[in-house]
Amino acid sequence: MLENIRLSFQGIWSHKMRSFLTMLGIIIGIASIISIVSTIKGTNEEIKNSLIGSGNNTVNVLLYEKGYTMEIYSNSQKPFGIPQVSEETRSEILKLDSVENVTCFTERRNMEGVFYRDKAISSGAIRGIDKSYFDTVGYRLKTGRIFLEDDGKKFRKVVILDQNAAEALFGDENPIGKTMEISEEPFTVVGVVESESNYETTITNISQYYSAQESALSGVFIPKECWPIAYAYDEPEKVVVKARSTDDMEEAGQKVQKILNATISPKQEEVKYKADNLLEKARDMQKLSAATNNQLIWIASISLLVGGIGVMNIMLVSVTERTSEIGLKKAIGARKGTILGQFLTEAAVLTSMGGMLGVAAGIGMAQVINRVSGVAVSIDIVASVIAVLFSMLIGIIFGLLPSVKAANLNPIDALRRE
Amino acid sequence: MILKLDHIYKDYIQGKMTVPVLKDVCLHVEEGEYVAIMGPSGSGKSTLMNIIGCLDRPTQGTYELAGQDVLALNEKKLADVRLNRIGFVFQNFQLLPRMSALDNVALPLVYAGVRKRVRRERAREALVRVGLEDRTGFNPTQLSGGQKQRVAIARAMVNTPKILLADEPTGALDSKSSKQVMELFAQLNEEGVTVVMITHDPGIAGHAKRIMDIFDGEISRHGEVFR
Ligand SMILES: Nc1ncnc2c1ncn2[C@@H]1O[C@H](COP(=O)(O)OP(=O)(O)OP(=O)(O)O)[C@@H](O)[C@H]1O
Ligand SMILES: [Mg+2]
Repeated sequence: MLENIRLSFQGIWSHKMRSFLTMLGIIIGIASIISIVSTIKGTNEEIKNSLIGSGNNTVNVLLYEKGYTMEIYSNSQKPFGIPQVSEETRSEILKLDSVENVTCFTERRNMEGVFYRDKAISSGAIRGIDKSYFDTVGYRLKTGRIFLEDDGKKFRKVVILDQNAAEALFGDENPIGKTMEISEEPFTVVGVVESESNYETTITNISQYYSAQESALSGVFIPKECWPIAYAYDEPEKVVVKARSTDDMEEAGQKVQKILNATISPKQEEVKYKADNLLEKARDMQKLSAATNNQLIWIASISLLVGGIGVMNIMLVSVTERTSEIGLKKAIGARKGTILGQFLTEAAVLTSMGGMLGVAAGIGMAQVINRVSGVAVSIDIVASVIAVLFSMLIGIIFGLLPSVKAANLNPIDALRRE
Repeated sequence: MILKLDHIYKDYIQGKMTVPVLKDVCLHVEEGEYVAIMGPSGSGKSTLMNIIGCLDRPTQGTYELAGQDVLALNEKKLADVRLNRIGFVFQNFQLLPRMSALDNVALPLVYAGVRKRVRRERAREALVRVGLEDRTGFNPTQLSGGQKQRVAIARAMVNTPKILLADEPTGALDSKSSKQVMELFAQLNEEGVTVVMITHDPGIAGHAKRIMDIFDGEISRHGEVFR
């Protein structure tokens, strides 16, 4: 076998030009497939990253009413039977393997009561947050300080703004230490935070997507203990969990959703917690982009077919050319199977080499596509290996006919030929 | 009896005509004999030789090689007979052009599944025996006709077969090279190898211990062992 492979290389090398031309069809076919696969994979990763926010891995577990996200705009509209997340529920969630951190917060999406002098915030959210909110969701302190334990305990009326809110309310002014108004109560600004993850806001087609919105809108944060000061009552909370890894997100979301729903009163049948399934959304979008590219793969496969036929053609010529060699080998004791194996190996080696060159060319092409059109590409090792194996298979399939022909040659006819 | 062919017929179908090439040929060769077969061109010498060498099957007749009915064997077994029991030498050498002399000689050992190191060793020894130890790395194109034929003989004998078949081994050689080849054949025969050789040249045939004549597909003289 090794001997056969060595001889095949010798044969290919002694007809460099011809071998290369034979391989060309395979090279082109594999190269186009690899570059298409690279673009698909690149696009997929881009979609996934822009949805998930690379490295953030947070999953929103929000309240839904009849399939729509439920927002609370006024005290009268609060759903019944949904308790605040208790300390036990919280630690139950934190015990999950897939969960790294969790935060629960109350939220209003109407900013009508939020002022600084004559300035207001047009759109955004005000949240009553716990101590793990900034870590979990991914904010870092820009100026001032974050909330202290005492802020909550002593019901201090302090507020932290994100950079959008700070800009909207204070412009160039330094907000720290200033007093602003929330729902007719004075609050002192103690800090400004900024979002750590840079969400790509390029995803316009699912603009309703919560997380993407969030980063574009203003955020105003107060300690959750102070929430009743501004809004009179406690109210149901929203939950964000941070999964250990991107792969854990789906599981974490599902489990947390289950835990939270178990706390809801059985009489409350309309409003339930539901985890965002980002990966599912990503997959849907990926499917869409892959569908168009899959057609390209079929077209590239045709060139592989043509390449395979080319290999068959050259192999047939080669068998005719080497008739006397085959006859001699049979005369000195080579079995039919040996000859068959020799030619099959030769075809397989030839097309495998074509496959490897094709993969190399495909990777090169993908880089060029990336440079020229800016489409994201990502090399798929598995696809490359499959491509080489597949070209080997092409060699074996299309080499079969010529090899059988060689193996069946009558040694006398073969030797007589001069 | 190492070769026992009886009532061998061989016909070729040529369009609608059947061309009889061998007609009732009986050929008996004892172990250790050295036989030359002579006859005019087209008399069926090569056809007979191919049947003896298990490369071709007769239309009719029986053939026992060392007591074994080879006509009953399947193709795989026939290949093994060619590999282990018969050495072949051709008029036009039939060396593979892109391989060194050593690799050419080692080829039958590849088919016999001999390990590479052993293979090279034995091929070298075979080349030493034909006096070409200094040409092992040469390609056939770099060898003279006589040298090529000696490489071919080394290849035929590398598997130590009991029978050596040669179809006009000196047909393409000058007298000096022919003499060297004849010396090798005599030496091999001395060591117990049964040699069957086809030739046109009475001088070459004279090296054999028995001369058979074939004429128009029939053996016209079985010859006496005269040495
Ligand atoms: N494949 C074939 N088809 C038809 N006829 C054939 C075939 N092979 C050989 N013959 C015929 O058989 C006859 C004997 O051929 P063969 O090669 O045995 O002769 P030969 O004695 O070896 O001649 P030479 O001395 O010229 O080599 C010739 O007439 C030839 O035309
Ligand atoms: Mg002849």
